[in-house]
Amino acid sequence: MDDPGQPVGYMERTRLYYRALGYKADYQWAHNETAPFTPLAKPLTEARIALLTTASPLDGSNKDAKGWRHVWSAPVDPAPDALDTSDLAWDRETTHTNDRESFLPLAAAAALAREGHFAGLTPRFHGVPTEYSIRKTLAQDAPETLARLREDKADAAILCAI
Amino acid sequence: MSLIARHLEENGIPTVVIGSAKDIVEYTAVARFVFTDFPLGNPAGLPGQVEMQKAIVSQALNLLQTATAPQTTEAAPFQWNGDPGWRAVYNRVTPENAEYLRQKGEARRRMMLAKKPQTD
Repeated sequence: MDDPGQPVGYMERTRLYYRALGYKADYQWAHNETAPFTPLAKPLTEARIALLTTASPLDGSNKDAKGWRHVWSAPVDPAPDALDTSDLAWDRETTHTNDRESFLPLAAAAALAREGHFAGLTPRFHGVPTEYSIRKTLAQDAPETLARLREDKADAAILCAI
Repeated sequence: MSLIARHLEENGIPTVVIGSAKDIVEYTAVARFVFTDFPLGNPAGLPGQVEMQKAIVSQALNLLQTATAPQTTEAAPFQWNGDPGWRAVYNRVTPENAEYLRQKGEARRRMMLAKKPQTD
């Protein structure tokens, strides 16, 4: 049992859950002892920021004919009212994702930009699939996301993981 | 999402992750992380709480410029305002639901087999 008041141990919770579903092999999360680090190259007030989400568009246009999800992008203005979170793992018993700002805070960020905290959002936000396959994420989705952020001339990115 | 953040950092774009699965994000290891201790689903603030959502984005922005080393985690100063027992809810396994979960797993494997994407 998790210690009340301590962060939930999602890795252990997930292992036990999938074992209960009858899966024989535990999921292996990517593990690293260290992380790459790039300092912000300019003052925050001059930085253009990209927002990223793990959600999907409501029309399912991020899926190909074979059902694979891909990186997708959409304008930050006008921001979408809602996004599809049905493919993602989140606590459906406790909360909901009807407020898009609760997982992709485009309006909150835009307000902070207007107040001068940073230069502004990139014209698009980007959606990245949450994949079982680490290989697909590294070989396809990560380079594609990088290319789109470079195209948008993003100085930094905020990644909101549902 | 953490793997994407690492790839962006490796290629010269600074990142900050906002998320509620602290153990998973830190296991993968990212440059900067704002931890929001909420049920999974609302990493950027509780639904309808506009000022909280703004404060969390503001904290992430600040961390972009104040972090001096990778694997910098900051916790947002907010708590879930609903059921105090929420931590036990997500994907719980109990003696009462064990048989239900076993059957659910079997149904899921049958479904996945039927609709598995074709690989060339």
